[in-house]
Formats: sequence, C-alpha cells, structure tokens
Amino acid sequence: MTTHLIRSATLVDGARADLLVRDGVVAEVGTGLSAVGAEVIDADGLLALPGLVDLHTHLREPGGEASETVLTGSQAAAAGGFTAVNAMANSSPVADTAGVVEQVQALGELAGYVTVRPIGAVSKGLAGEQLSEIGAMATSRARVRVFSDDGICVSDPLLMRRALEYIKGFDGVLAQHAQDPRLTIGAQMNEGVLSAELGLAGWPAVAEESIIARDVLLAEHVGARLHICHLSTAGSVEVVRWAKARGIAVTAEVTPHHLLLTEQLIAGGAPAPLDGAYDARFKVNPPLRREEDVLALRAALADGTIDIVATDHAPHTAEAKQCEWAAAANGMVGLETALPVVHQTMVETGLLDWSGVARVLSSEPARIGRVEGHGHAIAAGAPAELTLYDPAARRSFDTAQLAGKSVNSPYLGRSLPGRVVATFHGRPTVLDGAVLAPELVGGAARG
Amino acid sequence: MLAGSGWIDAGVVNAGDGTHEHPTQALLDAFTMRRRLHGAGSRGRDLDGVRVVIVGDIVHSRVARSNLWLLRTLGAEVTFVAPPTLLPSAVGAWPASVRYDLDDALAEQPDVVMMLRIQSERMHEAFFPNPREYSRQWGLSAERWATLPDGALVMHPGPMIRGLEISDEAADSPQSTILEQVANGVAVRMAVLFLSMTGNDGAAPTETEIV
Ligand SMILES: [Zn+2]
Repeated sequence: MTTHLIRSATLVDGARADLLVRDGVVAEVGTGLSAVGAEVIDADGLLALPGLVDLHTHLREPGGEASETVLTGSQAAAAGGFTAVNAMANSSPVADTAGVVEQVQALGELAGYVTVRPIGAVSKGLAGEQLSEIGAMATSRARVRVFSDDGICVSDPLLMRRALEYIKGFDGVLAQHAQDPRLTIGAQMNEGVLSAELGLAGWPAVAEESIIARDVLLAEHVGARLHICHLSTAGSVEVVRWAKARGIAVTAEVTPHHLLLTEQLIAGGAPAPLDGAYDARFKVNPPLRREEDVLALRAALADGTIDIVATDHAPHTAEAKQCEWAAAANGMVGLETALPVVHQTMVETGLLDWSGVARVLSSEPARIGRVEGHGHAIAAGAPAELTLYDPAARRSFDTAQLAGKSVNSPYLGRSLPGRVVATFHGRPTVLDGAVLAPELVGGAARG
Repeated sequence: MLAGSGWIDAGVVNAGDGTHEHPTQALLDAFTMRRRLHGAGSRGRDLDGVRVVIVGDIVHSRVARSNLWLLRTLGAEVTFVAPPTLLPSAVGAWPASVRYDLDDALAEQPDVVMMLRIQSERMHEAFFPNPREYSRQWGLSAERWATLPDGALVMHPGPMIRGLEISDEAADSPQSTILEQVANGVAVRMAVLFLSMTGNDGAAPTETEIV
C-alpha cells in the first residue's frame, strides 16, 4: 500500500504538522517528516479534519437504486469529506432484519469509500405496529447500534416506550423522526404567514415539538438513550435544552439546510437556477422554517444543546422532483455541501471554531452512533480517517460538484465557501478534489 | 412558475391554482360589486370603503385569497368569518378583520356578503362537527338574510350547496348576484384573454399584470 506524506497541514487547534499515513494508520505526526518513496501531498493552507461522520444518510439501496446506490452514496460522502455514514433503514425491503443490514454493510465494504453503518428499523416494515428484529440486527455481523423509522415517526406512545426499553438492552440509540402524523396530514410547508399566503397546507412546529416533549419524558422514564433527528424549530431547541438540564440522555441533530435556508425560498428569489416560486428542490421533511428558527438552531449548535450536524442526504430522481409542489418528494442531497454550509453558517459567523466543527461533524456523531474507528483526533497511531479542506476557496455550487446519483441539491447556483481537497479512509478516496475511481478504492483494491 | 420560467413568451393566465389564488374569479367578483353598487357610474370607480364579509372555508379557498388582495387594492374592507378550524393559523398577518361569529359580522350591516362553498371532505376531517351545526352557525339562513340592509349584495362563487352554506331565500333574492357573477365571469375572462393575447406594449403581459 502506498505511503502518503501530507506536508504542512493545519490541525484543528491551529498547529501546523506533517502527517505520515501508512497502512491505513496515521503513522507519525510531526514537523520535517520524510519517508522514502512516499507520495507527497502539499497541504500548505489546508485544514486536516478528522474524517466526517454522518449519522443520517439515505443510501436508498436496496430498492431505490434509481436515485442512489451504496456505491454512489459512498462516493458523494467521500467527496464531502466523510469517512463514515449511517444508512437509514427506509429502503425496500426495509432494513428490519439481520439479512438486510448485513447486505448494506457488505455493499459498503465492497465500495470501500466510507464505513457504512446500517441503521435498523424500529418497527417491522416501518409500520409502527410491532418491533422489528432489533436483537437480531444488533447481534448480526453488522452490529447495529442505531435504530430509526426515519421518514416516519414512531408515533404510538406505547410502541415508542417499548422500543426505547428494548434498544437500551443492546447499548443502542433510538433516532426519532419527530413528526406527529395526525398534525401533519397533507402538510406541504412550514405553517405560518407564508403558507397561508401561498395556500399550501401547513406543517406546524408543534407537530415536531410535542413529539420531542413526549419522547424525552419517555426516555427519562425508562432510562434509555434518545436521539432526535433533524431538529427544525426554535421551540424544539427549548424542549431539548430543558431535557438536558434535567439530565435526560437525549442528543439532537440539525441538518445543514436548516442552518442556512428558510421557507421564504419557496416563494422564489433564490439564486438561479432555483429562483422560481414553488421549486420542489426546497421541499423537505421537516420543512424549511423561518429565519428565527434558523438563528435559534445555530445558537443551539454553538452552545451544545444540539450535539451534531447530520445531512439527511435524501437523493431523489428528477421525476420525483420536477413536478408540482404537492406531488414532489421530500428531501435534498447534502453530503457534498455539508462542510461548506457549516463553514458558512457556523465558522464564518464566529459561532464555532474548527475544533467545534470536528466535534459536531465527527467525534460526537461517532460517539452517538457507536461508530468504531472514527471520530478520533488526528494523532499518531489513530486510524487514517481524515479530510483535507481548503477553507480559503469559494465557488459557485453546481451539479459537476455532486458525486452521487441525484442532483436535487438546494444549493445549485449558490456561492459556498471551502473545498474538500482530499479524503482518506485508510487510503485516499479523494485526491485533488476528485473522487478516485472505484477500482482504486473498492474491495478489490483493498485485497 | 411557467410565466416566470422564460420558456415561453406567451401570456399565462392563472385559472385557479390549488388553494393559492384564483385571480379571474376575484376580477369578476369585483366587477360585479362595482356594477351593482355604482350602477351606470361604475366606470373608473374603485370600491373605496365598501365593506365585504367573506364567510366559510377560508383556509382552503383560493377565491378568498385572491379576493382579499384585489378588494384591498380597490379600497374595500374585508372581514373573514369562519370557525377557527377553517382559517389559516397566521390569518392575523392578513389585511383583513376576522370574526368567528357570523351574526356579529352581519350586525355591522356590511355592503356585501360572500358565501363560500363547504366541500364535503371537510366534514370528515373534524373541521366542524357536522353539516347541521355548520349551517346553524355559519350558513346564510333566511333569518340572517332578512337582517341584511336592503342594498347589501349576496354573492357566491358557485357551485352552491343550498341548505348548507346558503338558503334558497338568500340565493334567489333580488340582492343575490350569483347568476350575474356567472355571466360577468364570461365577459371578464374574455377581456383577460383579449388583453393577454393582444398585449398592451408589444410585450406579453405577465401574470401579475393581469391580476
Ligand atoms: Zn427524517
């Protein structure tokens, strides 16, 4: 295996260092390093971040291969600086048995770009009626530790209670998609002044907040770990803040798009080509909210009330998006843009420094999801999971920068800071800003 | 969306989009009000100070939205009357008064009362208990109609559900403009099509210009 010498990178604490990567490990960290035969990467001006870990990715395979596969989603992840993703369970068939989670994990290993950790469904078939084979998935070769019905809320309070209790027995965490289904029938966008004017059925904040309030109390009652997916309202932040102050074992994530975009984009006015009204690329679950919510989410991420950023990367085919608003699918791709959006919304605003970014995009998601071998600081002896990022770059985002199969990005035409120059998942997956070919990365290359 | 896409250079007429807007309905409603209230002298006159009460399923109504924007532009005052379940939760941000009680609204002796259709699916989604209760609280019954001032107009965009939101007495009264609205709709829409096809300055008018 080739040895790589990364010269003069800036670590998250601001120190400059050379990094020697050999046999999948950071062999040495120091200054003036040299290694005979090593491939040298000039990292002057580049940040070396620990490999990013996404706790919320829709890879779509099996069943949704028209929009994404484990391979293409892994490539998108590597392009965005990720070295591990947690694949959501709402595939077809649903990841509710040991067989499906082992298949997803095996496809991830074969692709080789990132560690793919399958998430298991909480309920059989995501139907919200009976528990899925949680124990079988937890003890399978995939060793599942995160369970979620994401896309659908575990709304039945008794099933939620039982699931929290049962998952606790496997050191797992239940990741809840907090959306009261009865309060959001036919919902199309955030409920408020704009939904009233546009005549789109409202998606009230209380539909999210009431579920979170219920679930933190249930988690407290049964002593289980609860994770809240994609918080989107200022009110949700208040509920989580209260729960943490009370000592409840709850963690929370926010998506990059909820840190940057507001519902106002649905009425038009985004940069071209997304400047028209009712552009379904802004349709997402939970919906884009108001500016007050965006600011509250940023503040909560900065003060630790929200623990992590997770992409909710949700690829969709063109057919599923290029249609009238009400018929369009919910979701946006987000792996390639996560770091630039966090850079813009949290670093450029002074709310987080780069070690804070490493915390919310690497170490904390790895800890919450029990993703072994990831989330470590860059140090001698640690696995070579890292990304080199050019914080001085700025570019207009376009489809050429998307490495996955789908192009439903809400950032097309928008100027975003930063650029992922290289990603190492043991060995390089991205060099010079380009995703390496599968034969250089995948299972065959790894022998 | 099509009008702003740059794909076509023809005019685009919004003939009613979902629960958003219905501009030509608003135009014909305003035209009907002007003709009735101002008679032969209606040409060039707006609806300054005219008090319009719109009753019914506001939250799902594109007619209510377009009427609000146009009537306000013409100087009229708009009051929405409905149970809170049939009003947008953010209705307070609209330039309209809101009342839950129809009798209170009628006691203010409005110039125009516009009734909106109640779609049957609303009854199965717990927006109100049942049609009898809706009719009792928010229907324009014969008794309520009798309390209106002589010159007040009774309007409805159709199709009506007689006995639910409007009584025969109100719908068939001399104050009713309902059939006139249908006839005026033909003329107004002909005018819209004529203006959008002939243009005014060589350029195709945009949707907002038509509105
Ligand atoms: Zn979700």
